[in-house]
Amino acid sequence: MTLDLHLLPDGGIGWADASGPDGHIVLSSRIRLARNLLGMPFTIRADAAEHEVVLDHVTAAARETPELADAPLVRVDRLERAERQLLYERHLISRELAGLDQGGIVRRGAALVVSGDLGVMINEEDHLRLQSLRSGFALPEAYAALERLDTGLGHRLAFAFHPEFGYLTACPTNAGTGLRASVLIHLPGLVLTKEIAKVLQGLSQVGLTFRGLYGEGSEVVGNFFQLSNQTTLGKSEEDLLDQLVKIVRQVIEYEEEARRVLRRDAPALIEDKIWRAYGLLRHARLLSFEEGMNLLSGVRLGAGLNLITDVGVYTLNKLMIFTQPAHLAHQSGRALTDPDLPALRAAFVRRLLEDDAHRRGGGAPEAT
Amino acid sequence: MQCDHCGERPAAIHLTQIVNNAVTQVHLCETCAAEKGVHTSASIAKFPLSDFLATLGKATPKTEAGGEAAEPCSFCGATLADFRETGRLGCPHCYTTFEHHLRDLLRRLHGSSQHVGEVYLPPGGGARDARHTLVDLRDQLRRAVEAENFELAAELRDRIRVLE
Repeated sequence: MTLDLHLLPDGGIGWADASGPDGHIVLSSRIRLARNLLGMPFTIRADAAEHEVVLDHVTAAARETPELADAPLVRVDRLERAERQLLYERHLISRELAGLDQGGIVRRGAALVVSGDLGVMINEEDHLRLQSLRSGFALPEAYAALERLDTGLGHRLAFAFHPEFGYLTACPTNAGTGLRASVLIHLPGLVLTKEIAKVLQGLSQVGLTFRGLYGEGSEVVGNFFQLSNQTTLGKSEEDLLDQLVKIVRQVIEYEEEARRVLRRDAPALIEDKIWRAYGLLRHARLLSFEEGMNLLSGVRLGAGLNLITDVGVYTLNKLMIFTQPAHLAHQSGRALTDPDLPALRAAFVRRLLEDDAHRRGGGAPEAT
Repeated sequence: MQCDHCGERPAAIHLTQIVNNAVTQVHLCETCAAEKGVHTSASIAKFPLSDFLATLGKATPKTEAGGEAAEPCSFCGATLADFRETGRLGCPHCYTTFEHHLRDLLRRLHGSSQHVGEVYLPPGGGARDARHTLVDLRDQLRRAVEAENFELAAELRDRIRVLE
């Protein structure tokens, strides 16, 4: 089966349009709810036939739920590896559902239903992982939409729920609300001022945690961090969200303060760093994904500080997505292992930056 | 400030309890707080799932749980050993089968085992659901009082009054 990306509304990357609040620092807000069907073994203990039963139940309920009535079903288990990786890079499915973990085996019945910024992963670690993904810092909006979807599906499916333990999940770390909210946040100021360790350490004191670019088990690349709640039980959904919103707002303030300090105390150093990054991206002939991400981080900082005005945040977001290995391979019709990918990546970055510079009138602000 | 319980170590945890509308302050050291089952966010971070799983079944509490550990889940056949190995339970019924162990684990992981978020009503008749909710809430109230979680108990009592 070949993946037709046109089937996905917005190509599944509406969250990257930089239209949301605080879009220069917070790339996206995500909330997911873990749900399981009553009377069925959890995914890892179920067999292939049971995975199919779960898939049938959930897709039938999704078709009757207004939020997902017209949503396409993507049978992840019938996709090639490169296509599964593409959905993963787009933050639409998890590493586990994509079967990208060791061994690279995708589970029978692994599927995704997606419509706009709402979606459901089916046969993940839990039978259902409902998710809502929004541009910028917009957790309450993301939750409002997700809650409607949860109610709609909960009327049509019998979820496993316990009066004391709440929603029952395969891993006890998700039990209770089953809610994990996160923001993908860009913190180069805190990294450069070496304040980041203190901030991240502070998170664990208040029940929050951080992860890398792709969530659980992933590396921090390009100064992007995913901040999320660590606990899911003993607090209401609203309290969990309120706390995360409050702390993220504080982290944004710290980041802005760090940027002010950098500009005040080391203006030449910071400008040099930003323009070098931009220069390399405008002219490099070979780029690895990691190098590209680190340079894009510098340019994003420059755009946030208004030092570089000939590139928009949306273009930077697009570059982040489309320079990932599976995206690059997909759009150039190459294999994931193709040795020309670094050259193709560099050419793609040059073209988008050049287009944006032309469109925006080009050039840096006058030196003062 | 010294710990109210042992009177020896400095108090590190300050609790506000509301009992019969009277507000009392309790100051405990970390050791006494842990003995009383009070988990702070700092102590939660010190008990990740893997640490707990490593000790699970090896240092079984001297309660009826000793027998529990040997019994597999009657629905899916999963055992505590399976859970230790994978970190994943077998099915929703496992939460009842291994209730004792899981309550302890959930408290360590989340600081509480009592869900206070949205109450889910499975598809079915409305009146019947309300009665079930009332039964559930009374059950939750009883547990909250047993666990001396008076703040939650007060909240549950309010919710029951509304439904009644």
